[in-house]
Amino acid sequence: MTPSPDPVTADVTIPSDLGEAHALQARIEDALQAFGYGDRDVFAIRLALEEALVNAIKHGNQLDPDKRVHVRYTVAPDRFDVRIADEGPGFDPAAVPDPTEDDFIERPCGRGLLLIRGFMSSVEYHGCGNVVTMSKLRNGHPAGG
Amino acid sequence: MASQPARRRRLEVEDIGDIAVVQFVDKKILDEQNIQMIGDDLFRLVDELGRRKVLLNFANVEFMSSAALGKLITLHRKLQAVQGKLILCKIAKEILDVFKITKLDKILEIKPDEQSGLQSF
Repeated sequence: MTPSPDPVTADVTIPSDLGEAHALQARIEDALQAFGYGDRDVFAIRLALEEALVNAIKHGNQLDPDKRVHVRYTVAPDRFDVRIADEGPGFDPAAVPDPTEDDFIERPCGRGLLLIRGFMSSVEYHGCGNVVTMSKLRNGHPAGG
Repeated sequence: MASQPARRRRLEVEDIGDIAVVQFVDKKILDEQNIQMIGDDLFRLVDELGRRKVLLNFANVEFMSSAALGKLITLHRKLQAVQGKLILCKIAKEILDVFKITKLDKILEIKPDEQSGLQSF
């Protein structure tokens, strides 16, 4: 029997630059594929990373080139964990209107948080809201159905 | 230097009868500037070229984030306002989850393939 590979953990700090965020997403995607994650899990993690990193860079750091985004992730055979911290003032996730409600469904923005929750197994905001941790269990089902 | 992304073609539009069938050139619909230009091109079909029936074919699209959804909703509203119709088709299984989680599958009409999309106008 092939032994499971050891989890891989990395700490990465990137500037408030979406190109850097995409390069990091590509690195994480490569790591997931090296662990043999399936297409559906890779898509889910990639989408959650895209939404969370765009939120951190645009809404958190306001694209300020002097501010950084700190990312710590672990790829294990059975799960993926990531912590993303920006240097912005934070926000209250409970105050973001539910974009699936009739009054908001036709609004053009506000769906990132919903998608993160839908695609990951667990999501938590910490402190003033500028730190998010999320996990995805391999072959896991989205929390929202 | 303020870099302006090159004005390259992001959509392929084919007319089938009075239906504009639109294919996305990019495999990934990401990046605000890119999405802005895709949106502008889509809105031009309705606002300037007077198209009333638009079928968006997602066959080439492998990845799409929430930033693109707003443009689809705006396009849907623009077409509704002129008694037109928007239909989406050939959406990959993973991307279909994006529409389901956001419940946009309830307001946007989604068909499995181009043929059934064409027949739904």
